[in-house]
Amino acid sequence: MKFKKKQASTKQNVPTASLPDIIFMLLIFFMVTTVLREYDIKVQYTLPSATQIEKIDNKRIVTYIWVGRDGRVQIDDNIVVIPEIQSIAAKKRREVPQVIMSLRVDEGSRMGVVTDIQQQLRKGDALRINYSALQKI
Amino acid sequence: MAMLRKRSSRDVEIPTSSMADISFLLLLFFLVTTIIDVDTGIGLVLPPPVEETDIVKMDPDRIIKVLVNSSGDVLINDEVATLAQIHEIVANKLRAKPKMVVSIKTDRETPYRVYIGALDEIKQAYNILREEYALQTFGAGLKELSKEQMDSVRDNVRQSISIAEPERTR
Repeated sequence: MKFKKKQASTKQNVPTASLPDIIFMLLIFFMVTTVLREYDIKVQYTLPSATQIEKIDNKRIVTYIWVGRDGRVQIDDNIVVIPEIQSIAAKKRREVPQVIMSLRVDEGSRMGVVTDIQQQLRKGDALRINYSALQKI
Repeated sequence: MAMLRKRSSRDVEIPTSSMADISFLLLLFFLVTTIIDVDTGIGLVLPPPVEETDIVKMDPDRIIKVLVNSSGDVLINDEVATLAQIHEIVANKLRAKPKMVVSIKTDRETPYRVYIGALDEIKQAYNILREEYALQTFGAGLKELSKEQMDSVRDNVRQSISIAEPERTR
């Protein structure tokens, strides 16, 4: 006696009609979560390199301070003078209490500028800082 | 004679089967073009402004003073050293007395590159100690530790790097 396999009469294929929707959802998720904040960097700088560096995971709490080769200081999109930094730092600190000030200083700058900026940051009560550096190979 | 347009009986539909492929392409395009540039660097916490805290005089025996001058010469507790020796000397001193505070001070003319180098060396000294502590207590290197163990290592080998108060020059 032969057994015949029963076959369902319905079509056997995975419905793919909702696939585009799923992919679009993914796409929108990625588009929303990526932080696109580009700054016009108006100073020229080369970061120093170090071996013991850490990553900052949360980009949203970081404020960058650039110091260029010529000693000009930029915060966000503006060139600032050093005495202004205190009030800017205080404002940032009010907006984001756990703010990290990331110093992107040209490797050839003099420490005098950096010390002055640090003094201003201390007065502005933005105490968490980070010296941006690249991984030394 | 009227021209009659022939009407096909097929039902008219836009083919949507390739839609998924198109949106996949879009997704890939966005994934490839977004630059996720992670900021890396050396983190520190500045001391609060001087006006608020009274200056605490510390026992000089508890401080490791690292002075860096403008030409990159280093003085550790009044002994001359080079940049590359810092991690060794500081690690030895910390091993003898774990609760020491490392204080770093630079000249106004010191290049930033040298300062970062010195800071890096001090961090490296702490890393050496942490590695040793991890091997002693957990029997594994820093990289194999779990998060809780890592926290315990951080608590037990605490980093205390202080930026010395700059002298008033102007």
